[in-house]
Amino acid sequence: MNVLTRRNALKLGLAGGLALAVASRANAQLNITVEGANFRPLPIAIPDFASSDPTFGREIAEIVRANLSRSGLFLPLNAAALPVQVGDVNATPDFATWRTVNVDALVMGSVERGGTIASSVRVWDTRQGSQVVGQSYNTDPNSSRRVAHIISDAIYAALTGGTGYFDTRVIYTAESGPKANRVRRLAIMDQDGANVQYLTDGNSMALTPRFSPNGDMVTYMNFADGNPQVYLLQLSTGRQQRLASVGAMTFAPRFSPDGGTVAFSVEQGGATNIYTVGIGGGQPTQLTSGAAIDTGPSYSPDGSRIAFESDRGGSPQIYIMGAGGGNPNRISFGQGSYSTPVWSPKGDLIAFTRQSGGQFNIGVMNPDGSGERMLYSSFHAEGPTWAPNGRVIMFFQDPGGNDGPKLQSIDIWGRNLLTIPTESYASDPGWSGLRT
Amino acid sequence: MVITAPINTVLRMVAMLLFVVVVAACSRTPNSNVGMTGVGNLGPGGGAPGSQQEFLVSVGDRVFFTTDSSSLTPEASATLDKQAAWLNQYQNYRIMIEGHADERGTREYNIALGARRSSVVVNYLVSRGVDQARITSQSFGKERPVAICNDISCWSQNRRAVTVVQ
Repeated sequence: MNVLTRRNALKLGLAGGLALAVASRANAQLNITVEGANFRPLPIAIPDFASSDPTFGREIAEIVRANLSRSGLFLPLNAAALPVQVGDVNATPDFATWRTVNVDALVMGSVERGGTIASSVRVWDTRQGSQVVGQSYNTDPNSSRRVAHIISDAIYAALTGGTGYFDTRVIYTAESGPKANRVRRLAIMDQDGANVQYLTDGNSMALTPRFSPNGDMVTYMNFADGNPQVYLLQLSTGRQQRLASVGAMTFAPRFSPDGGTVAFSVEQGGATNIYTVGIGGGQPTQLTSGAAIDTGPSYSPDGSRIAFESDRGGSPQIYIMGAGGGNPNRISFGQGSYSTPVWSPKGDLIAFTRQSGGQFNIGVMNPDGSGERMLYSSFHAEGPTWAPNGRVIMFFQDPGGNDGPKLQSIDIWGRNLLTIPTESYASDPGWSGLRT
Repeated sequence: MVITAPINTVLRMVAMLLFVVVVAACSRTPNSNVGMTGVGNLGPGGGAPGSQQEFLVSVGDRVFFTTDSSSLTPEASATLDKQAAWLNQYQNYRIMIEGHADERGTREYNIALGARRSSVVVNYLVSRGVDQARITSQSFGKERPVAICNDISCWSQNRRAVTVVQ
């Protein structure tokens, strides 16, 4: 058996060697208009997956339905009301039957749990009577939810024309206890809130975790040494170490796109500037200078530029400079202040927190500062992070008082506001890339 | 009890009640190494001369800032003058300056703002003759509020720098 990753997805042939009309994506009719006023979620039928363990087959189908539903782009139909209750990946569906119940897209799957989890799935266009995609997967037997996420990504990609984001994780700050003395520790979970693990013990406050590009490492700020300092955490070993000793305080870290460098803030004598350092340590490089607060650095996906916030002009605003420093250009000019710029993985947008009129807003703008749009507004919301496909933003929202924050997500069209379930208060989400 | 912010009497009473409740809550959780709020024993009386109690009650352990500002108000400067005089008289103490921000800012920016506030206080005390070697400082950003509510009566108390006598 090969290494069990998403990359092992195989094109699925049909038993019996039936000749299939396989629509290539280019001429497939079935596609979702994800943007604009014409948007409507695509009705999709996903019967339970065929399995020698029907409960397991139902579980996997449930996870797929929940993922697609939560994306806001799909409308999975009530499984109990479908003309076929259990999928059959080895037969061509009776398209006429599905058309009569107004199903445009049909997913037939099977799953078996043995030494590995083997799953096959086909996506059908019932109007065209053609297969959109057919694939099989083998995954680690201990990650049954992952196979459902990988399948969800395949369906999403086949029907929306963008990559999915379901086989991903979120790292965040789990918060508990009274507000004046709240415990804050790092936690990690699947994007849908399942499989929560706590990574730090809460003895020292841990904030603003961010994944490395390949997801094996996290950088965050840790109060274990008194003032907060930037730490690295190796997820496979749990090993934590301080990254740099420079200035009085280091914080607001974020990885470069190649994973080799961390950009972060250094405070000394009340002035906060942006530095970079290799993840192996060594001498940090100073990128900004002056008495202002320069923080929240975020690399462009090509690694050539860094967006950051600075109050050098009075109030916090967003600036962009070269990855090696140099003269920054201010790009935010609206009323109020702008913080936490985060570059989209696609490079086309920068998400930010904007405070104005006593409200906090989560918004996006083009990297040249044009096209600013607010996606969400409330008493308090901050800290956007991007899904790897650049279509969904997660952030945290806090009602204030003695209550605490929770994680929410919204898509870049301002639709589909969701709360991500967590067992404690939660803040500072950091979204991973697609897992490998 | 020292609340110097100019708030009306009713708000002030509510704020003080809240403040005592919060301090009581903190005192029950001594195990956290970041739980220090700079407020220790809040017993009655002004405390013996040269005691931490005296510093807390008679001198005043904290100064307040306006929104997104690290400039010292006249009241803040007056409090720091009294702190410096006391610290110059009682040289046996070390002090920690905690910088704090209110909740109406983002997390990372407020960490930096808290550091800027503590730095302003450190510089002021040093300018009044307190030996820099006695002073350490730390920013808590907005992570350790002392007053909990959704309006200015609380935010104005949370924008503070606290001088913790050790």
